[in-house]
Amino acid sequence: MIPRPKPERFRLRRTMMFMNAQKPGLIKDAYIYGCDSIMLDLEDAVAENQKDAARFSLYHALKTIDYGDTEVIVRINGLDTPHWQEDIRVCVAGGADGIRIAKCESAQDVKTVEAAVEAAEKEFGVEVGRTLLMAALESPKGILNAYEICAASDRMLGVAISGGDFRKCMQTKPQPDGVDMLAARGQMLIAARAAGVQCFDTVFTDLDDNEGFEAEVRQNKAMGFDGKSLINPKQIRFVHQVFAPTEKEVIQAEKIVRAYREQSAAGVGVFTVDGKMIDIAFIPGAERTLKLAKACGMYEGDLVE
Amino acid sequence: MEILKPAMAGTLESSDAQVTVEPGASGIELNLQSSVMNQYGRQIKATVLETLERLEVSDAKVTVVDKGALDCTLKARVECAVFRSCGKSEANIPWGGAVR
Repeated sequence: MIPRPKPERFRLRRTMMFMNAQKPGLIKDAYIYGCDSIMLDLEDAVAENQKDAARFSLYHALKTIDYGDTEVIVRINGLDTPHWQEDIRVCVAGGADGIRIAKCESAQDVKTVEAAVEAAEKEFGVEVGRTLLMAALESPKGILNAYEICAASDRMLGVAISGGDFRKCMQTKPQPDGVDMLAARGQMLIAARAAGVQCFDTVFTDLDDNEGFEAEVRQNKAMGFDGKSLINPKQIRFVHQVFAPTEKEVIQAEKIVRAYREQSAAGVGVFTVDGKMIDIAFIPGAERTLKLAKACGMYEGDLVE
Repeated sequence: MEILKPAMAGTLESSDAQVTVEPGASGIELNLQSSVMNQYGRQIKATVLETLERLEVSDAKVTVVDKGALDCTLKARVECAVFRSCGKSEANIPWGGAVR
């Protein structure tokens, strides 16, 4: 059995790669690709008559395979199916880091899942509160209720939009400039930031359209997303590249954090770095940049862990 | 568990195994085919038998067509086939108990 460390609610999640939990060939070595999180799927990727088999396969993968630093999240079936309760039992018993709630539309959906997760934690002797949650918003109603969903539980790590279903509801298709989902992405981002959770963009499904993929990733970064869901390992490297800070940003962030620690120790609240005014408001952003830089191998100092 | 009806789990894809269980009268009758029989035949057989024992299956005809599955996959496929044969594969699985 692999003892996985306690999941962290806030960590680097630039890339979350989907994998069918029913396919042993995929899940046995998913950690080699270097994505931040893997998303083992019990929902759409698994045929209706293989839901049971996928759970057995998932359970043993969680218990046997050492995923190392890669976060392991499981996408469970929707609350309108007969599967979700057993999905939650197996996730908790297997020790998954988090559960992704498919087709989430309200705070009540989150609370329903949370209650089942807590019951499972008690049933299987897992520390109560260990299992994190995230929600996939797939409908207009989900987007409109994004804030209450994000704020529904202390277990919530973030929200993601699911493009396929959402575009269907909105009677649109992917556009090169992303205008089809601009409002929804924006609203979800505002809600996530207001609630203090992370926010992830949908998958890009046309593996032959590299230009389109790159444009979307750049837009994601510009809009302020924390990361993106992926369907293929070949998409990982580019997202990590785009989400990495520039060298200039890293140097600046290091100066700011270092100066802040020195100045605040000396009792100074506001000061200048390279001619720019700096106060405490700049520190979380600068520390975030350094953490990101560390994860990307661009920073080796000890100002952040 | 008693094998009530024939049931199957798994596929013939690489790294997977297809396991079929059928009612049997006298002990475990195991028929194993594997793409890595020479290297891992004994280990596969041991894993399958151990899993059946944990599930308290004493009489069954079991066919395993292995395509290079890891132990954890073999266990998952055997368990799923057994639970399916009893019509109990969908809910209230004893995770961490008989399934471990």
